[in-house]
Amino acid sequence: MIISVASGKGGTGKTTVSVNLARTIGAGVQLLDCDVEEPNAHLFLKGREIGSDIVTIPIPTVDESLCDGCGECGRLCRYHAIVSFGSAPLVFPDLCHGCGGCALVCPRGAIRETGKRIGVVETRDADGITLIQGRLDIGVAMAPPLIRAVKSRLNREKTAILDAPPGTSCPVIATVRGSDFVVLVTEPTPFGLHDLGLAIEMIREIAVPFGVVVNRMGAGDDRVHRFCRDEGVPILLEIPDDRRIAEAYSRGELMVDALPDYTDHFATLMWNIRDFRNSGGK
Amino acid sequence: MSETKVEELVIISGKGGTGKTSITASFAVLAGFPVIADCDVDAADMHLILTPAVRERHEFWCGNEAVIRRADCIRCGKCLDLCRFGAIIPGGEGESYSVDPVACEGCGVCVRFCPAQAIDFPESLSGEWMVSETRCGPMVHARLGIAAENSGKLVSTVRREAKRLAEENGHRLVLVDGPPGIGCPVIASMTGASKALVVTEPTVSGEHDLERVLKLARHFDIPAAVCVNKWDLNPEMTGRIETLAIRSGARIAGRIRYDRAVTSAQIKKKAVVEIDAPSAEDIRRVWESLDLP
Repeated sequence: MIISVASGKGGTGKTTVSVNLARTIGAGVQLLDCDVEEPNAHLFLKGREIGSDIVTIPIPTVDESLCDGCGECGRLCRYHAIVSFGSAPLVFPDLCHGCGGCALVCPRGAIRETGKRIGVVETRDADGITLIQGRLDIGVAMAPPLIRAVKSRLNREKTAILDAPPGTSCPVIATVRGSDFVVLVTEPTPFGLHDLGLAIEMIREIAVPFGVVVNRMGAGDDRVHRFCRDEGVPILLEIPDDRRIAEAYSRGELMVDALPDYTDHFATLMWNIRDFRNSGGK
Repeated sequence: MSETKVEELVIISGKGGTGKTSITASFAVLAGFPVIADCDVDAADMHLILTPAVRERHEFWCGNEAVIRRADCIRCGKCLDLCRFGAIIPGGEGESYSVDPVACEGCGVCVRFCPAQAIDFPESLSGEWMVSETRCGPMVHARLGIAAENSGKLVSTVRREAKRLAEENGHRLVLVDGPPGIGCPVIASMTGASKALVVTEPTVSGEHDLERVLKLARHFDIPAAVCVNKWDLNPEMTGRIETLAIRSGARIAGRIRYDRAVTSAQIKKKAVVEIDAPSAEDIRRVWESLDLP
């Protein structure tokens, strides 16, 4: 089973839920940190590195001796990543999505593709938990190709938890697409509620069953609960607003290690996910 | 007449949920009638505090999306072979192929190479952007379409319009509330800004993410200041973060205490500095240290 942990709003506790759930499931589980812009799971599940691969996207290189400046490549490219002014085209690697269209369309075979580094995928072992994380290079704009590279290392025979980036746009969709279940983490505040609404719209668009974890229970009001009740969205777990949790998190400690009274919470969460999914979800 | 230069302060964080929007809303109150640009276009929250009255609404058409005409598809599989984004869904026995609009990046390769010319390529509506009035000044904000692409271009549109508004109406400051992360929408929020304020928190994640976002600021040559929000959650970590910030070439803009009244302000649709909150004083000090109009 593939479980994605997402949220509209940032900082609601996605990583907290992901790492503690992974520890609760224990050895054999895979945790994929798909927040490649700011990967944090390794700060909590330390372990040792067992592999690292550079990830590239294909970008065009023009052989000027073959190019006749026909401009076909520039007319095809939707991203203005290759531009021709009647001579050999200019390539803007930062804009390129790596679709390969320019190389295909070039009538003189003057364009070949070479790899441009966008980041790395690192694999770590933390007491039997396999942590696979992407790390986007600074200054690189496009996270989705790196997220796809992280996900390509997933072993479908084992349970996998995918820690998604915040928001509701392409990097989140690249993460949660193909999941069996999405856990949406929110907090009982106006921002939490508003962004939960956006996240639910997005998850409904890709038609994956989902449920909600309410973090920092007691910090705000009851509107998130009312909203979930009205929308028929199940609340899978509530985590109280406990300063001890925030302090343990600040030091990079797992909740289930620092505050063992919370261990049951994550066992219950896993049980609720299985139960809800087996009953058909929605 | 000499033209007044418009300053642009972008508030970013690397890590999400550190308090960017709450702090930006307070700055909007403290500044002298700025233009506010909410550039967190896929999870915009500023309007929940500043309760804007929308004055203009614009559709944001950007990019294209491949659509296979069922009747003309010859099921040759060429599109499936060529698509690098996994967006082509092969049909079952006797069914035409189709495109998953969520996965389609609008490159047009399938459109161009379909031997039956069975693929249309209409423009896609990727969201909307709005110009509004708030009690603190005009605001430009947006809403990215559900599962839409091009958040970076929508961010650029919001910033461009905010700046234009400021120049035309004599505002001296644009406050840009940026998105979390370091990718495309963050880059679009910060390139060319006069200053960046990075709001972080005293946690291992805050420290890790700050380092990356400061490298990004340096990469684009934007002077950065750092403020640690909820600093008293872990004073030792706050010290470590400030040392890191200085070593990375940033200035320290101050510390803001952990304060439950921040959520109360949010519930009342007020900026923190508009209510009687202990941390309001800290936010005022951070604002003053930025030395902005």
